[in-house]
Amino acid sequence: MPALSVLIWLPAACGLVGALLGALSSNRRNEHAIPAALALLGSIATLGLSIGYIVEYSPSFQAKNLITQSLQHVTDVSWIPALGIHYKLGIDGLNVLLVGLTALVFAVAMLASNLRREPGPAPRPRLYYLFFMLAESAVLGAFLAQDLALFVAFFDLMLIPFYFLTGMWGRGEREQRVKATIKLVIYTLVGSLLMLTAAIATGVLASQQHGTHINFALSSLQTLPLSKGSQEWIFIFFAAAFLVKMPAFPLQGWMPDGYRAMPIEVLMVFSGVLSKVGAYGFLAIVLPLFPQAAVHFQMLMLLIALISIIYGSALAFTQTDARLIAGYSSVAQLGFITLGIFSFTGQGAEGALLQMVNHGLVVAPIFFIILLLSRRAGGSEDIRDMGGIAFKAPVLATLFLVVALATLAMPGSANFVGEFLILLGVFNAKLPIAIIAFAGVAAASVYALRLFIRSMHNRVGEGVKSSDIALRDGLVLAPLVGAILFLALYPQSALQRSERSTAAATAEARLLTAKTTASASTESAQSAHLVASGGSK
Amino acid sequence: MSLPASALLAASHLPTPHVAFAAFSPLIAFLGGAVVVLMVGLIGARSVREHVVPLLTIVVLGAAIGLTIWQWNDQLSVVSGALRIDRLSLTLNLVLATGGIAAVLLAWRSQAGHEAAHGELHALLLSSLGGMSLLTAAQNTVVLFIGLELLSIPLYVMCATEMKREHSLESGLKYLIVGSVGSATLLYGLALIYGATGATEFAAIGKAIGTKGLGGDAMLLGGMALALAGFCFKASVAPFHQWTPDVYEGAPTPITAFMAVATKVAALGALLRFFDVALIEASGSWAPALATLATITIIVGNVGALSQSSLKRMLAYSSVAQAGYMLAGIVVTSSLGVRALVFYLVVYLFMNLAAFAVIVARERETGLGDSMQSIAGLGRQRPWLAWPLTLSMLGLAGIPATAGFIGKFYLIQAAVSGQYTWLGVVIVIGSMISLAYYLPVIATMWMRDAPDAQERQGASQQGAASAGTLPAIAGGSQELDAAAAGAGPIGAPPAQAKLTGTQIEVVLVAVLAGAATLFFGIVPQPLFDLVAHAGRGLGLF
Repeated sequence: MPALSVLIWLPAACGLVGALLGALSSNRRNEHAIPAALALLGSIATLGLSIGYIVEYSPSFQAKNLITQSLQHVTDVSWIPALGIHYKLGIDGLNVLLVGLTALVFAVAMLASNLRREPGPAPRPRLYYLFFMLAESAVLGAFLAQDLALFVAFFDLMLIPFYFLTGMWGRGEREQRVKATIKLVIYTLVGSLLMLTAAIATGVLASQQHGTHINFALSSLQTLPLSKGSQEWIFIFFAAAFLVKMPAFPLQGWMPDGYRAMPIEVLMVFSGVLSKVGAYGFLAIVLPLFPQAAVHFQMLMLLIALISIIYGSALAFTQTDARLIAGYSSVAQLGFITLGIFSFTGQGAEGALLQMVNHGLVVAPIFFIILLLSRRAGGSEDIRDMGGIAFKAPVLATLFLVVALATLAMPGSANFVGEFLILLGVFNAKLPIAIIAFAGVAAASVYALRLFIRSMHNRVGEGVKSSDIALRDGLVLAPLVGAILFLALYPQSALQRSERSTAAATAEARLLTAKTTASASTESAQSAHLVASGGSK
Repeated sequence: MSLPASALLAASHLPTPHVAFAAFSPLIAFLGGAVVVLMVGLIGARSVREHVVPLLTIVVLGAAIGLTIWQWNDQLSVVSGALRIDRLSLTLNLVLATGGIAAVLLAWRSQAGHEAAHGELHALLLSSLGGMSLLTAAQNTVVLFIGLELLSIPLYVMCATEMKREHSLESGLKYLIVGSVGSATLLYGLALIYGATGATEFAAIGKAIGTKGLGGDAMLLGGMALALAGFCFKASVAPFHQWTPDVYEGAPTPITAFMAVATKVAALGALLRFFDVALIEASGSWAPALATLATITIIVGNVGALSQSSLKRMLAYSSVAQAGYMLAGIVVTSSLGVRALVFYLVVYLFMNLAAFAVIVARERETGLGDSMQSIAGLGRQRPWLAWPLTLSMLGLAGIPATAGFIGKFYLIQAAVSGQYTWLGVVIVIGSMISLAYYLPVIATMWMRDAPDAQERQGASQQGAASAGTLPAIAGGSQELDAAAAGAGPIGAPPAQAKLTGTQIEVVLVAVLAGAATLFFGIVPQPLFDLVAHAGRGLGLF
C-alpha cells in the first residue's frame, strides 16, 4: 500500500486540480463537469485505498507495547522542530474502520452531488468541490494523525470547508443561513480552541515534569504521564471540544440551526463522519493520555452520555422536521457511544467503535432518504406533510426499512452487536447507568419507526406525489445499504480489527478504576502507569 | 577661512570615538534616503513626482534590506553603546522595511500623494522608518526617546496628508495630542528610572537594579509604570488604546496600513528590549502587571471589534487585541518568548498587509469606503482580492494552515512554558471572541451579493453628503470625502467619487501577503530560522 500521506492528500489534490482545470476551461459545461468528475474520481480512489488498508490491516500484529507498536504504515517526519511537532501518521485498530467510513461517506456524498438533479448544477461548482475535497483531507488527517498538535490542527481545519459549504450552498433564507453557519462554526471552534491550549499544555507540561525535550507525538506523550492536577483541567478542555463536536447534551445548541441550513450532501458527511471525530478523540487521545482524569470524571461523563440519550430520544419523538428527528437521534446515539467509551471496559469501547461506524452508515442514508422524501412531498421536510409514500415506491421503502431497522438496532444488525457490547460493558462497570440506558434502546425503536411510518405509511399526504426511487438515487443509497448489510452479516470482520486497540486504549483507565475500588488509596501517576504498561506486556 | 570639521577635531586632539558605521548602515539608508527622496520630490515634472519618487523610496528600502542582510551576523554595540545591533534589531529592520515597501506600493496612486507632495510623504515615511529602526536598536533611554519621537512626528503629519478631507486632519490632530501625552508620560517615566538607578544605559540600569536591590523601590516602580504607560500608548495597549480606531479610520488607508504594521513592530520591539533587558531584574514587579494589561487588551480589543461596520475600525480593534497576544511574549521573559513575539510580528505583518491592501483596492474600486458593503460579493467578482482577505482573516483568527495558527501556537507555548498558562487560556478566549467578527467578513465576501448599482448610488451619496457635516460616520469613504469636499461648500450636489480600476500594485501586495500567510502556515521553517537567534543578542536569558 502507498504511504498514508497519499490517502490524506489525494482528495485535496483532486479538488485543487479540478478547480484549476475548471477555471482554465472556457466551456461553461466543462467548468462544472471537470471539478465534479475529478472530485468523484478522487473520492472513489480514496475509498479504494482505504479498503486496501482495511483488508491489509493485521489485527494479530504482535508487539511488546500494544499501543505504540501496533501502528502500521507509520509516516514520521519532523514538521516544526522548534515546536516539537511531528507530521506523524499511522493506522491502528481505532482509526482503520473510521478511515473506511470517512472515505465511503465522502464518496457517496460526491456521487450524490454529481447526480444531483435539481436545482441544476450547484452554482460555483469549482469552489464547491474544492471545499468538499479539502474537508475530506482534513477529516482523514484528523483520524490518522498520531501527533497531538497535528491532530488539533486537522481538527480545527476541517471546520473551515464546512463553513463555506454551509454558508454558500446551504438552504433557506440567506441571512438566516449565514447566521446559522457562523453560529455552528463559532460553537465548534470555541471547543477546538480550548483544546489547542490544552494540547500545548500537555506537550509543555509533559516535557517540564519529566525534563525531556518537547514532543507532541502521542506515543511519547503516553510514556510521560502528567500530574493528576494538570490532567484534570486539560481533560475538561478536551472534553469540551469533543462533546461540542458530537454534539452531546448541554452543548448541542448549534445543531438544529446548523442541520437545517446544510445541503444534504454536506449534512451526510457532517453528521455521518465529523461527529465521530469527537468520539474518536476520547478513545484515542483522552483515555490513553489522561487516564487519571478520565477516571476522576467518569461519573460525570456517564451522566452526560445518559442525559444525551434521554434528551436526544425525547426530542426525536416530538420533532416533526425530519432532519431534526435524525439530528436528535444522533445525539442519543452518540450518547451511547460515549457511554461505551467511559465504561472503561474492552467490550464497551469495542462496541462504541463499532457503533461509530454503524451510526455513520445509517445516518448518512437517512439524510439522503429525507431528501428523496421531501422531493415527493412537495419540497417539505416536515413529516406531517409526508405519508403514504411507500405505496408507489416499494424499493425506496425497502431501502428505508433496512436503514430504519439498523438504526433501532434490530437483532441481526451490526448496530445490535454494537449496542449490546456497549451495554455489556456499562453493565459490568456501572449497573444503575446500564439499566437506565436500556430505556434508550427502546426509545430508538420509537423514533426510528415513527419517522418511517409517518412518512412511508399512514394516509397519503396532501402534496405527496410518490414515485419509486430513480436509478441515480438508488446508486447513491446502494453502497451505504450494502455496507450496512455487510456489517450485519460479518460484524466480526470489524470487531477483530478493533479488539486489541480498544482494549489497549482503555487499559490504563480500567486498571486505575480497579485500583481505586480495591483500595481507596490514591496512587501516584507514575506507579499507576508502570503497572499499566507492565500489565500490557 | 573655514576649516573642515574633521580638521578642527584633529587639530585640537580630541579623542574621536570609533564608530562602526557599517553596523548601523540600514539606519543611515533610511535617513539618508529620506533626504534624497525629499530633494527629488522637488523636481517639477509630474511623472517624476508621481512615479520616480515612490520608485526611489522602494530602492532605498531595498537597499536597507540589503544592508541589513549584509550585517546579519553582527552582534555589537555601536556609538558608545547607544545602539545595539543584534539579531533582534536586524530581524525587525527586515520586517519594517518590508512593511515600508508595501506601504509605498499601496500609496502609489493614492489621494494622499497628490495632496501632500509626493516627495514629502515619502520622506516622512522614510524618516519614520528611521525612527523605528533606531527605536528597536536603542540601548539607552535617551536614544529610545529620540527614536520614539522620530517615529511619531512624521506619522502625525502623514495621518493628515489628505488635506482636503476633514477626517484625515482630525485623525492627525488626535494622534498628535494623544501621542504627545504618551511621549511625555514615557519621558517622565524614563526620568524617574534615571533618578532611581542613576543610569541611562539599559545594561547599567539592569545592573543598578540588581546590585542595589531596587525591586520594590517606589521611584523605580513609578518610573516603570509611567514608561509602560507611554509605551502602551504607542503600541495601542488597552486602556491606552482609545485613539487607535479613530486614527486608523481617519488616516489615509495606506498610511493606516503602515501604522498598523510598522508602529506595532517598533513599539513592541522597544518594549521587549526595555523590559527584558533594562528592567529584567525587576521582572517580579512588572511581569504580573504586564500580564494583566495583556488580558485587558485582549478582551477590550476583541469585544470592541465585534460590532464595527467599518473595516478599518474593526482592524484597529483587532490590532489592539493582537498587541495583547504579543505582550505574552514579553511577559514570560524567556528567549522562547522573544522568539515567539518576533515570529508573531512577522506573521502579523503579512496578515495585516493582505487585509489593508484589499481595503485600499476596494476603496478605489467601489466608492463605498471601507464599509463592509464594499467587500460584499468579492468572492465572485474579484477572487484575487477575496482569497488574500479570507486567508488574512483566518490567519488573524488563528486557524490552522495559516501562519497565524503557528504564531499563536508559539505564543501559547511560550506562555505555558513560562508558568503563565492562564495567559495562554486568555489568548484562546480572545481568539474565540475574535471569530465572531473575522468570520462575518468572510461571509460577506463569499455568501452575500455585491450591492447593485442603485444601492451603491444611495450609499455613496449618503457617504458623500455626510462626510462634510458629520464627524466620524462609520464607513465614510476617503476618496469620497475628498471628492465631496473638493466639490465646494456643503450642500452642493455631491460629486461622484473618483473611482479607478483595479490597480495592479495593490493586488500584488494583497496576493503576496496572502500567499505568505498560507505558505508560512504550511512551511513555517524559514520563519523559525529567521527568528531562531532573535533572543541571542539580549544575552540575559
